[in-house]
Amino acid sequence: MKHLLSCDGLSRDTATAVLDTAEALKQTLLGREVRKLPTLRGRTVITMFYENSTRTRVSFEIAGKWMSADVINVSSSGSSVSKGESLRDTALTLAAAGADCVIVRHPASGAAHRLASWLSGTHTSVVNAGDGMHEHPTQALLDAATLRERLGGLDGRRIAIVGDVLHSRVARSNVHLLTTLGAEVVLVAPPTLLPAGVNSWPVTVSHELDAELSAVDAVMMLRVQAERMHGGFFPSAREYSIAYGLSEARLRLLPDHAVVLHPGPMLRGMEIASTVADSPRAAITDQVRNGVHVRMAVLYHLLAGEEEVA
Amino acid sequence: MTLIKGAVLYGEGDPVDILVEDGQVAEIGELKKKTGQDVIDAQGLVVLPGFVDLHTHLREPGREDTETVETGSAAAALGGYTAVFAMANTDPVADNPVVVEHVWRRGREVGLVDVHPIGAVTVGLKGERLAELGAMARSNASVRIFSDDGMCVADPLIMRRALEYSRGLDVLIAQHAEEPRLTVGAQAHEGETAARLGLAGWPAAAEESIVARDCLLAGHVGARLHVCHVSTAGTADVLRWAKARGTQVSAEVTPHHLLLDDDRLNTYDPVNKVNPPLRTSSDTKSLREALAEGVIDCVATDHAPHAPQDKDCEWSAARPGMLGLQTALSVVIETMVKPGLLDWRGVARVMSERPAEIAGLPDHGRPIAVGEPANLVLVDPKATWTVNGARLASLAGNTPYEGMELPGVIKATLLRGKVTARDGRAVR
Repeated sequence: MKHLLSCDGLSRDTATAVLDTAEALKQTLLGREVRKLPTLRGRTVITMFYENSTRTRVSFEIAGKWMSADVINVSSSGSSVSKGESLRDTALTLAAAGADCVIVRHPASGAAHRLASWLSGTHTSVVNAGDGMHEHPTQALLDAATLRERLGGLDGRRIAIVGDVLHSRVARSNVHLLTTLGAEVVLVAPPTLLPAGVNSWPVTVSHELDAELSAVDAVMMLRVQAERMHGGFFPSAREYSIAYGLSEARLRLLPDHAVVLHPGPMLRGMEIASTVADSPRAAITDQVRNGVHVRMAVLYHLLAGEEEVA
Repeated sequence: MTLIKGAVLYGEGDPVDILVEDGQVAEIGELKKKTGQDVIDAQGLVVLPGFVDLHTHLREPGREDTETVETGSAAAALGGYTAVFAMANTDPVADNPVVVEHVWRRGREVGLVDVHPIGAVTVGLKGERLAELGAMARSNASVRIFSDDGMCVADPLIMRRALEYSRGLDVLIAQHAEEPRLTVGAQAHEGETAARLGLAGWPAAAEESIVARDCLLAGHVGARLHVCHVSTAGTADVLRWAKARGTQVSAEVTPHHLLLDDDRLNTYDPVNKVNPPLRTSSDTKSLREALAEGVIDCVATDHAPHAPQDKDCEWSAARPGMLGLQTALSVVIETMVKPGLLDWRGVARVMSERPAEIAGLPDHGRPIAVGEPANLVLVDPKATWTVNGARLASLAGNTPYEGMELPGVIKATLLRGKVTARDGRAVR
């Protein structure tokens, strides 16, 4: 594996290998006083974040550091980007400076793909840490890791993804990955928050959350961004919350074993009730914890893996 | 004097010789070379009337780093064009006599193709108040087509007034049909591909609703309307309906909307970014049929040069548009002639005769006959060529056909008897 750009096209074998590695790393580090492995010593990993992010950037940074890589963080303010340098020049500069891996988050869909094509002549790997409305593959991998952990596996499991699917890179990556791993996915959203081509996706679509909850093994709540609330996609935050928010009453409709996921940051009281987010059914902090192991696994497969998988 | 030996008129019948003298076709038949005549060996070539492009971006003034009247004229001549209409979205905007006369004068100085500036419909392309259409129409440039292309004249009242006012000047309003409220931030055809790639959708209905509205407005005020770059099957249906009820509407389709579809977007390479966007393969099929049927009148290139830094970037930051002048005929052969949708007469109709008629150009799109202006193009229908953006005459190289082998090679172009392009070189 040279790059990790999307879950679209990621094979079941590759995804499973990454998840298995993440699990092994988690076990290895369990109970250790010094959480540091020497695996990526001497490797340089650069994060390039063109959007604000706390959890993803920190998660990648910790992942790199626990693997003993040298991790350098570049943000769009306080770098040559703020002087108007193009994405291409920034990427070529970082590669020339010796980056073994560039982790990029960018507001433009496809930015990571472009980066990979500009860096095709170099040894530098690219990891997509979220590109516009397109994909966020490591988020889907950490979601899958969490679901595997809680449910024992994904084959035949039914996962509801609820909310702003239209603008969500988390939803796109999860649709590809979860279905590749054998799960059934049902998207639950008002028609205004579903993309025009959704009927060709390998999912079922519903507009009625209550009707879906009793049959799912997990429910993944998507964040509703503030700008959508005034974009005419739905009449009001209150109406959205009533129809699609995961309230305590809705939590009771779920089977006992079902898991609640949220990629964060959460809008408590909007898409998820505060008590639900803090309930034992919610795996939200597990997701964050697994995120580090999954990203360690991704870096391992990109930078330390012997074989060229895909 | 030029003697064209052995060309086949419109690809029909036996080869003939054409004598060109004083800018006109002087004789057609079996002719002997006389001294002082330049001979063009046209064995196996098809001769057509010189092409007319109703939709070209020459980028002068303002973006002379990507194209100038001079380089764009060379590209036009090499593409078989004898007349092009230069869009108004320059910097400064061609919304006044000074800018349109500059473009017109530069075209005459270069002399490779008749350059007709298009004037803006509204001041600064802002869609708020009418530009001085009369002043531009009466200027030396005699502007006969007005368009805010790049922007839609979205306000229905402004569009109504523009159409009404155009009648008094006997000029044509050409609309870039794109409802702006439906295309905020739009990046790609709204459909399966855009959904998967996470690109904000540009719905077909944003074009179709404006075309339907404008057809109704044109009918209501008794004006002519021209629809730029039709890109959807639905627009073709609206045009078919409007024409059937007698609306004076004409329409163009670009070569790229005939050939390419949004499958090309998977790489996120912005060379495929264009406005209106590449649609689906089912749209391209419908557009080809509508062009063959005459529902869409003509082919226009929407030739849109862009600098490398405006294309070699992330998708959403890239400018929309692609080169078209030198590849237009080959794409029309590939999409229309090879599948049997058009014969060479048909090519002459959609690339020369109809656009000349729509624009009201008396000297272009004429029959190839004695006494007619010698605006001609000689095409080798059997030869093929491989597109290389760096070797095209335009300053920019943003062609989506890079590396593609396309049919049909233009061997010579004549503008009023003067050879403007021959064997792949523009001749000044």
